[in-house]
Amino acid sequence: MYYIDPHIHMVSRTTDDYESLAKMGCVAVSEPAFWAGFDRGSADGFRDYFRQLTEFEQRRSGWYGISHFTWLCINAKEAENVRLSREVIAMIPEFLDKPGVLGIGEIGLNKNTKNEAIIFLEHVDLAVRTGEQILIHTPHLEDKYPGTRMILDMLTDDSRLDRGRVLVDHVEEHTIRHVLEDGFWAGMTLYPVSKCTPERAVDMVEMYGPERLLVNSAGDWGPSKPSAVPDFILELRKRGHSESLIRRVVYENPLTFFSQSRGFNFTPPDAVVATEFPPSSFAR
Amino acid sequence: MSTPHTAAEILEREFLVVRAKLLETAAAFDRLDRAEGSVANDPRRQELRQALDVLAADAPNRAEKLQLLFSLPYEPNWRKQLNVATNK
Repeated sequence: MYYIDPHIHMVSRTTDDYESLAKMGCVAVSEPAFWAGFDRGSADGFRDYFRQLTEFEQRRSGWYGISHFTWLCINAKEAENVRLSREVIAMIPEFLDKPGVLGIGEIGLNKNTKNEAIIFLEHVDLAVRTGEQILIHTPHLEDKYPGTRMILDMLTDDSRLDRGRVLVDHVEEHTIRHVLEDGFWAGMTLYPVSKCTPERAVDMVEMYGPERLLVNSAGDWGPSKPSAVPDFILELRKRGHSESLIRRVVYENPLTFFSQSRGFNFTPPDAVVATEFPPSSFAR
Repeated sequence: MSTPHTAAEILEREFLVVRAKLLETAAAFDRLDRAEGSVANDPRRQELRQALDVLAADAPNRAEKLQLLFSLPYEPNWRKQLNVATNK
């Protein structure tokens, strides 16, 4: 079955991972900008990162027939530095018309601080002014519940927002209902220890249905599994769910959400007549 | 929407998995008891004990209840506390 991983940090993964994903049926990935594991010292550091996201990763994924899309921002953790954040936000419009850019993300909160909230609101304002979609990171562990509620407060306060163009990611059992009831898309992240397991993600599909629901691996530089979405597919099959339901969650839903972005240029694999891998694929 | 399987089928499929997870939990508590020192006053130890009560209760949505047990509270007036204005 074809699937799309709507949240995966491929800059942290090897080319072998692209190959494995392709073999498992992955046909597209979307990669939000995130924290690299260390705080960057200047806006130029982000400029290079955005070039990597908008130029090199597309080429690398293309070696295996995977379409690569991306989202740009300064992440919630580094947003604590307001001055640097404002420099990065001012630079983002330079990249918004690059091929494959889907919008602003992953913005959000980390420790639910004042500075994080201020920079989150400034990102949202940029997205609204430039007509971009938004992908949102919600905090981890004990901070997730209050942080998610704060994020929803800020989003629902803004009457300019089209809620159907906003994805709130990393939902779990205590936050998914709030996100869906407020009219946003919800993303479930499959992570080995924190966040969600494939089994619990399937539980949430059973409890809330497939409407406006996505599932992703968020594979990154930490302990994570880039092939987690196929684990979710297998769990749905083990429980006797239909192939049409599976296809909806892992393929059609991402297509529906991403199709709202002007940067989403995607040819479904079943519409491709002949293989279109670039001839000199592996040239460095 | 619900699961296509019956409760009996789910129990058949999941019994050994749940049994194993409960044994891991029991062994972790034993490990804490065997170790030198005490964590009796550590709030995390109290949370774990409360979590066991949630599991033992005959009530639905245990996963959501556990998540909330391990969460910080949401303060509806957080904007005022942090002095953060909103986009309109």
